[in-house]
Amino acid sequence: MNKPERDRVVHRTASVEERVDAIQSVLEERGPNVAKDLEELRHLAQEQWIPQNGARVVAKAWTDPAFRERLLANGRAAIAELGLSMPRHHRHLVALENSKAVQNVICCTQCSCTAFTLIGLPPDWYKDFGYRARVVRESRTVLKEMGLDLPAEVEIRVWDTTADTRYMVLPERPPHTAGWPEEKLAAIVTRDSLIGVARL
Amino acid sequence: MDGIHDLGGRQGFGRVRHAPDARPFHEAWEVRVNSLYALAVRLGIFNMDEYRHAIERMDPRHYLAAGYYERSLTGLATLCVEKGIVTRAELERRAKGSFPLSAPSASGRTNLPARERFEPGDRVRVREDCVPGHVRMPAYLRGKTGTVLGESPAYPFPDAHAHGVESQDEPTYDVRFRSEDLWPNCADRALVHAGVFQSYLERA
Repeated sequence: MNKPERDRVVHRTASVEERVDAIQSVLEERGPNVAKDLEELRHLAQEQWIPQNGARVVAKAWTDPAFRERLLANGRAAIAELGLSMPRHHRHLVALENSKAVQNVICCTQCSCTAFTLIGLPPDWYKDFGYRARVVRESRTVLKEMGLDLPAEVEIRVWDTTADTRYMVLPERPPHTAGWPEEKLAAIVTRDSLIGVARL
Repeated sequence: MDGIHDLGGRQGFGRVRHAPDARPFHEAWEVRVNSLYALAVRLGIFNMDEYRHAIERMDPRHYLAAGYYERSLTGLATLCVEKGIVTRAELERRAKGSFPLSAPSASGRTNLPARERFEPGDRVRVREDCVPGHVRMPAYLRGKTGTVLGESPAYPFPDAHAHGVESQDEPTYDVRFRSEDLWPNCADRALVHAGVFQSYLERA
């Protein structure tokens, strides 16, 4: 008997959207709540896990020295005070404090790991090959290309997220913000400053 | 595995395509992929180490050509086939075309039998292990010496956790390396920190 026709034709590769539809239809058969769960996960990713969360943490640390101490000692417990959380498997949050003399910058050379509930899901450049390959080896050059030209005496510390410990950068408070309320301070904290590729 | 995903220190990539307002998502299907993989984790179909390793096992040519969320999709679909949720033939029938998946997994390994406890200030060396399965030691650290700054809570051991191998949770150490030790005479001067699993370390 001849081989079935389908074994002899060369199939085109399904488009990426066709592949997503296929896997989604498979998972939708796994239970009655899948559609609701997917909507909840979409909402979290697009509307709840945003850099404004990290910005609130920074503004609080700038205005409340006792909170800053607690944040540096135990990040997970400190952000919980603000009603923020991290996934269970991220067991440790390390806040990295910048100063005149030190610039911390975070990356994930192997994929895309970030404290995404605080910083937001990582922007495309963070996950792209160039940043992953270069920032550990050519940190000063990469930061300069990205618009952060640091004086030679500033020490750069690059944090490669190689485990489930998560990092966020605590940027330096700009001097012209003395006396500002927390909310106004939070509004000037950018995602780039939480990753450490910009100063404020 | 010393896979294509392990990019730290590779040369030849151009400028970072950075924009302050860069978005995490560009297309609606990317948002769906992100939710679908998170759902699969929530349903207990696979864990994060299995997911990472499934992406690492992609054909390197596909890995480099695909965008981030196509890599995520490929890892998700590979694990759904490997875990028996769906056959590849059924997936391709539904997709109306071929569905590129990742290569099969090599075997995993459990923790180092005699692990040492380190204290801040200790000098440590990353062991020169070659691991065919999942590992979270970037190759640029292999054999390199650094200084311990701190210890994390215990985590599942990725080399085992990605392969269903029994193991004990173990801490990672925050180890500080000097870039000039990692890439002598060809790196910008900096301190490079990594969270290094206890099983990857020996006393220097």
